[in-house]
Amino acid sequence: MSAAKLIHGYEVVIGFETHAQLATHSKIFSRASTAFGAEPNTQACALDLALPGTLPVMNRAAVECAIQLGLALGSHIAPRSVFARKNYFYPDLPKGYQISQFEIPVVQGGAVSFLLDGETKTVRLVRAHLEEDAGKSLHEDFIGQSGIDLNRAGTPLLEIVTEPDMRSSDEAVAYAKKLHEIVTWIGVCDGNMQEGSFRCDANVSVRKPGGPLGTRREIKNLNSFKFMQQAIDYEVRWQIAQIEDGHAIQQATVLFNPDTGETRAMRTKEDAADYRYFPDPDLPPLVIAPEWVERVRGEMVELPWVMAQRFVRDYGLPEYDAATLTQSKAMAAYFEETAQACGQAKLASNWVMGEVSRRLNAEEGTFEKVKVHPLALAALITRVADNTISNNGAKQVFEEMWSSVQFNEDGGRLIHVNIFEGVHLSDKVDAIIEAKGLKQMNDSSELEKIIDAVLAANPKNVEEFKAGNTKALNGLVGPIMKASKGKANPAQVNDLLKKKLG
Amino acid sequence: MPLTSADITRIAKLARLELAPAEHQQMLDKINAFFGIVEQVNGVHTEGVVPMAHPVDAMQGSEAMALRLRPDLASEPNDREANQRSAPAVERGLFLVPKVIE
Amino acid sequence: MRDLHNLGVAELAALLHKKEVSAVEVATRFLAGLGGNPHNAFLDINSEVTLAQAQASDAKLAAGTAGPLEGVPIAHKDVFVTQDFVTTAASKILTGYRSPFDATVVRKLREAGMVTLGKLNCDEFAMGSGNENSAFGVVSNPWESSHVPGGSSGGSAAAVAARLTPAATGTDTGGSIRQPAAFCGITGIKPTYGRASRYGMVAFASSLDQAGPMARSAEDCALLLSAMCGPDLDRDSTSLDVPAEDLSRDLDRPLATAGRQGGPLVIGVPEEWSEWSEGGLRNNDVSLDVLMPLTKALHQLIQLGAKVKRVGLADGNLAIPVYYIVACAEASSNLSRFDGVKFGHRAAQYSDLLDMYQKTRSEGFGDEVKRRIMTGAYVLSHGYYDAYYLQAQKIRRMIADDFQRAFAECDVIAGPVAPTTAWKLGEKTDDPVANYLADIFTLPASLAGLPCMSVPVGQSEGGMPVGMQLIGNYLDEARVLNVAHQFQLHTTHHTQAPGAAA
Repeated sequence: MSAAKLIHGYEVVIGFETHAQLATHSKIFSRASTAFGAEPNTQACALDLALPGTLPVMNRAAVECAIQLGLALGSHIAPRSVFARKNYFYPDLPKGYQISQFEIPVVQGGAVSFLLDGETKTVRLVRAHLEEDAGKSLHEDFIGQSGIDLNRAGTPLLEIVTEPDMRSSDEAVAYAKKLHEIVTWIGVCDGNMQEGSFRCDANVSVRKPGGPLGTRREIKNLNSFKFMQQAIDYEVRWQIAQIEDGHAIQQATVLFNPDTGETRAMRTKEDAADYRYFPDPDLPPLVIAPEWVERVRGEMVELPWVMAQRFVRDYGLPEYDAATLTQSKAMAAYFEETAQACGQAKLASNWVMGEVSRRLNAEEGTFEKVKVHPLALAALITRVADNTISNNGAKQVFEEMWSSVQFNEDGGRLIHVNIFEGVHLSDKVDAIIEAKGLKQMNDSSELEKIIDAVLAANPKNVEEFKAGNTKALNGLVGPIMKASKGKANPAQVNDLLKKKLG
Repeated sequence: MPLTSADITRIAKLARLELAPAEHQQMLDKINAFFGIVEQVNGVHTEGVVPMAHPVDAMQGSEAMALRLRPDLASEPNDREANQRSAPAVERGLFLVPKVIE
Repeated sequence: MRDLHNLGVAELAALLHKKEVSAVEVATRFLAGLGGNPHNAFLDINSEVTLAQAQASDAKLAAGTAGPLEGVPIAHKDVFVTQDFVTTAASKILTGYRSPFDATVVRKLREAGMVTLGKLNCDEFAMGSGNENSAFGVVSNPWESSHVPGGSSGGSAAAVAARLTPAATGTDTGGSIRQPAAFCGITGIKPTYGRASRYGMVAFASSLDQAGPMARSAEDCALLLSAMCGPDLDRDSTSLDVPAEDLSRDLDRPLATAGRQGGPLVIGVPEEWSEWSEGGLRNNDVSLDVLMPLTKALHQLIQLGAKVKRVGLADGNLAIPVYYIVACAEASSNLSRFDGVKFGHRAAQYSDLLDMYQKTRSEGFGDEVKRRIMTGAYVLSHGYYDAYYLQAQKIRRMIADDFQRAFAECDVIAGPVAPTTAWKLGEKTDDPVANYLADIFTLPASLAGLPCMSVPVGQSEGGMPVGMQLIGNYLDEARVLNVAHQFQLHTTHHTQAPGAAA
């Protein structure tokens, strides 16, 4: 492990608390819907409003999510965990307490590992516990008042807490991205950061190397990776400047302002620390039998790092390719379907990481919905592998395939706008190849004639090559390709040139 | 241990109660009078005793006392009107409160 | 026409089923008796709603689809939320509150056919022993209007004793059904914790609150309790998963064979409560007014075939501090939802959010409630949790274990309900501690969650009612009711009506 990067001689220490909203249909303790975007308070039932006489009833799916995440992170699943009340007053907290877990959380320990600058980093987890989300305050439309929407109140959360193992904003962001990938991969969270499904609080402090831990400040509610980076960087510089100026760091909760790029301490809540936690008398302890854990383990989707290892082993892919392709389930599935159909894993990998990704990025698309079907891409790759077309030619075919597809506005149904609908896929590829005249000239006798002609027309290059300058041939490739109208197979050209010239 | 006036101030704040000076003193006196009884728990030997959060714990043994889990069904209808019937201040479906300053 | 007001639940049910009287006529007669709100027992009456329910009951009686208690009137303690009546929990902070749902207990009794006469006065949030803490005025004891009826279910006890209703629901957290029943000369029972659903009961202390019936005989209580109890698994996580029972099934069993093994019933008398020797009961802290009728009652039970023996409840004297620590802690949290945001009272004038909270709650809560909230917040606060709350939970376990040891030697436990008869209004209001100390006999069974009853055993020299407490082991309500019924078959204390005009 390399030494931590110092900033002006200070070591940065970062721990994260991430709130991941669980992708359940109903809330953690009530049967109201968790769907995003509803009219205010139309998804806040009597329990969510804390009306007198209401009582919490636990959602099984939320527990199942906790078990899944715990297993994915290599954590211990507590056979018995307890819900506790965290007492404080805030308008978006209808009961005046949040039901959370305090002394005995459902998930304990675990770790998240990721690659950063070619090195594997591991961030240890302290715990992950179940709790309920609060509602929302809206300030814009009201003068001197806030409007409270409790639709979000009661949405299930897993709060995931790390040890202060990170040493730079890069590490922190890489950790957050990895955690985001994991929770979306296994399906416990939809990962939609704009909608608030995945929110991070960063605990940041600085110290001289070897010294005691500095006082930390907590940057709350970071909901984009870009903001995480900016906020932490600013906070670190601010803390160092404070210390250098002789001021001690006071523990505080801070908010990041994306417009100014600065962090600012919130109004201090003097009694913020005294939450008076005690076990919630309305909820008996949560018991998770080993059989349940084993069943979840057996039903778990293949985790990304396991899949990456399988790609290396079964498809012979380099580790870099395997890691890149397993960044999302959809990308991995797209790759695998393509590779299995054409039997050309490396080529498939190149195309998926290259052309397909490029186009998706440009159009802000995702691997959930790719215009070119994996089987179509497989057919194209087959034509490259069997030398029917060159790579360049393939790109032209691909362009044609991509632009011939549109997604319908509703339901995203693929409709084909060109005449090739109904034709067998590789026939379609072949049809485009034929239509565009992209078939490579594989007949060596014709190619040899062209090469002979070009060699004859360029005696100087031939001389220089025979004199020892191998690069002299490059000037010949262009004319040969032109004379063949681009249909010459470049690999074949090189082979024949070398054969003729020795 | 008797409570002090500072304790009363601190706890009143925690509980969001506002006590007039006379009330404050009365509260201090009455709670302290009661605390003489409460203090009795301090001398009791309880080593090895498992706390009882629930009567049911004693009844059926801790294995039986497990949290029941319900299926993940969003079956509550939108009942906003009935639920907000007794709300002090509502506008466009939102509960109004004095501005929340962070 | 017969005097309906003196009939019990069973009698009225029989008359209604035989169609000798209609539900509307019954409802009309009882509503007429509520003019002037005798004893200030009621907080909300709505004759339209009552008569509509009665009409619906008559329709069922005519159609042959009537429930077991069809058309019989009942009134509900104002801590049960009701859609058709206001619910205040006798607090200003819930002035005018209309719940969008009914408490499960209310729903179940309506399903059995009962007709709601209205909501009954009580101590604010069920906190008190004399119904002197209601925001809507004290309730007077029908036996002597200058005396308290007991609390917190004072309105319920007074209404039943004064024949304003044949039955009422109460709640018992530390004795709030048993003690007012004793003070007003009626019969009341608190079931095993978890038997009756807490859904829809305004929460005071979650691990102690239980609903129960108050009527003028054990036979009536058995009918009512059978209708009230049963699993409510979808709405209350602390509801016991034991099937509803016919708790009247053992009423007629003679005491000579009412023991657990079929032998004579063994009644345990805790040494700490009163020393039982052949001469009678002795306890310097219990008034002779109470001891004498109690002694007579025990002798009568012996004559009926029971045996009496001494048992120990060593930690019973700690019940007072333990109860108040636990109950106040839970209450301080349960009452945080009353913040003026979603429902209930909000202060008319305030400068900002903090001011709104403080003024709303200070205006809305009475003194006793504020004291208990403060006490609860204190025992849970930083640094005190282990010494008070956790310690109290441990002693609670010891008390529960004491009872189990006692039940190894007896079938039911008998003793006083309170050290005295009902005191005068205003006598104890300046001394809350005196109030708390009077709970010494009722608190232990509450902490353990055991089923317990109060049965009238006579009057003091001054004509004030005295009650005997019977405590059964978990789920043994049928046996406790059996003992009470056998006693009532051979005595007339429970039929005595107060001299004071209704």
